[in-house]
Amino acid sequence: MSDSAVNQAVNQAGLQEIYDVERYRRDFPILSQTMNGEPLVFLDSAASAQKPRQVIDAVSAVYETEYANVHRGAYELSARATDAYEGARAKVRDFLNAAHDREIIFTKNATESINLVANTYGRRFLQPGDEIIISGLEHHSNIVPWQMLRDEKGLVLKAVPVSDDGEFMLSEFKNLLSSKTKLVAITHTSNALGTVTPAAEIAKLAHSAGAKVLFDGSQAVVHMPVDVQALDADFYVFTGHKLYGPSGVGVLYGKEELLNAMPPFMGGGEMIAEVTLEKSTWAALPNKFEAGTPMIAQAIGLGVAVDYVTAIGMDRIAAHEQDLLKYATQRLSSVEGLQVIGTAPVKAAVISFTLGDIHPHDISTIIDRAGVACRAGHHCAQPVMDRFGVAGTTRASFGLYNTRSEVDALVDAIESAREFFGG
Amino acid sequence: MMDELRELYQEVILDHGKNPRNFRDVEDATSHAHGSNPLCGDQLVVYLKLNLDEVIEDVSFVGKGCAISVASASMMTELVRGKTVDEANDIFDHVHHMCTGEGEPSTANLGPDADRLGVLSGVRQFPVRVKCATLAWHTLKAAIEGGEDATSEA
Repeated sequence: MSDSAVNQAVNQAGLQEIYDVERYRRDFPILSQTMNGEPLVFLDSAASAQKPRQVIDAVSAVYETEYANVHRGAYELSARATDAYEGARAKVRDFLNAAHDREIIFTKNATESINLVANTYGRRFLQPGDEIIISGLEHHSNIVPWQMLRDEKGLVLKAVPVSDDGEFMLSEFKNLLSSKTKLVAITHTSNALGTVTPAAEIAKLAHSAGAKVLFDGSQAVVHMPVDVQALDADFYVFTGHKLYGPSGVGVLYGKEELLNAMPPFMGGGEMIAEVTLEKSTWAALPNKFEAGTPMIAQAIGLGVAVDYVTAIGMDRIAAHEQDLLKYATQRLSSVEGLQVIGTAPVKAAVISFTLGDIHPHDISTIIDRAGVACRAGHHCAQPVMDRFGVAGTTRASFGLYNTRSEVDALVDAIESAREFFGG
Repeated sequence: MMDELRELYQEVILDHGKNPRNFRDVEDATSHAHGSNPLCGDQLVVYLKLNLDEVIEDVSFVGKGCAISVASASMMTELVRGKTVDEANDIFDHVHHMCTGEGEPSTANLGPDADRLGVLSGVRQFPVRVKCATLAWHTLKAAIEGGEDATSEA
């Protein structure tokens, strides 16, 4: 479905005023399934979100009607594929309010985006003794690349601690910042706890210390409007599959002057201006960072996912999810022995919890039999688990398609798990 | 729905999960191994004390895990104590085959031990939980073989 068609559908149904969740649910074919004989209650969108029909159809349509390699053929079909692929880039630029299309680099996922910055910006511009600051809220993808870079370059890696309610401790961040700090890499929203970090303030402080700042926005862009210029982010990364798009495509936003100063990440086709057997010169942005045939259909699918959420409105999705978060927090808190981990005042719709001494995997198995899909374990954020002294948690994460009655189903399933284990 | 869950979480599993036996270290252990499941972060250490005749004189474990993995480890310590290394390897083969359907079933006659281990077979209905049941056993095997680490991927 095209941009205008989605808008038209929204307008026809008068959805600018009412958040008609049942209507949106019908866009997601997978949600009408039953699981173990029960209606599927999908509460694991933070791991990966389901896809609307519009995205599924768009990916099929690429292969059925407009597939060819991009930026290569002089024939009509290749030109159409290139237009669609570059059109997706423009949609992402709009979505993030970046200044230029060429500041949007398509990658495999957020992990690759972060590794790209570590391997190019980090290797070129950081010197032994320079400091990088991360936080205790990070996903492994925003920890490990910096540890690898630290070990290779002799850098110092510091982490901003997390408060008892799961907040990013801004005062501690100020203490860690110094003229030695060259890069600050912080999540915009914690995948494990839902904490939203004060990104604009972090960027301001980092810049006043002379450091560049990267935000991992994988969990943020799905829950709220994001404006990279308002944040003054130097780099901003996210992945497509959590934003109702296909897996296999991610985004790196970078300020143009930084991307221009950075060496390429991978070498190959597409990223060159000229190649001889002796040497090569690099293509201009964004191609310089997109070596090889890119994820054509996935990028186009991501563009349609961006259309989809934009047509509903990120602010309206945020309001709907905040209602669910409030309701779910209240209902879950009434379950005997249940403790919510992460109670920051500003949170996205993610709830991590423990239930007495019942292991998250046991809870997950029981509630799965009631059709409720939640993630159990450390959520690729082991330092967060260590901070709260737990091996893992059960996590319910909400998307634009979840409902209050699904929260009720979750609570009922957890009650039966509690009874099962005699909690 | 509840039938399958009762099959998985039989009373004996719930009991061992809540009150694990031999949940301690062995001070004069002759070997130990560390086991982890990278998917869920569960970790345990299995301690082993072998005598000169390769008989398991003492075996214990410590660590964190779900009801299935703790119960499996607990039952394992009860079953292999007093066994020779060869006998313990036969039991390992039996458990591995029963939980995963892979490998060859043990041809050894395990007698009543086979019946006791039968309670772990419920995991076959829950493919994502198979590794919970087998982690302790892989760790035991690593300890027997003198390896330091085992993972549920092994």
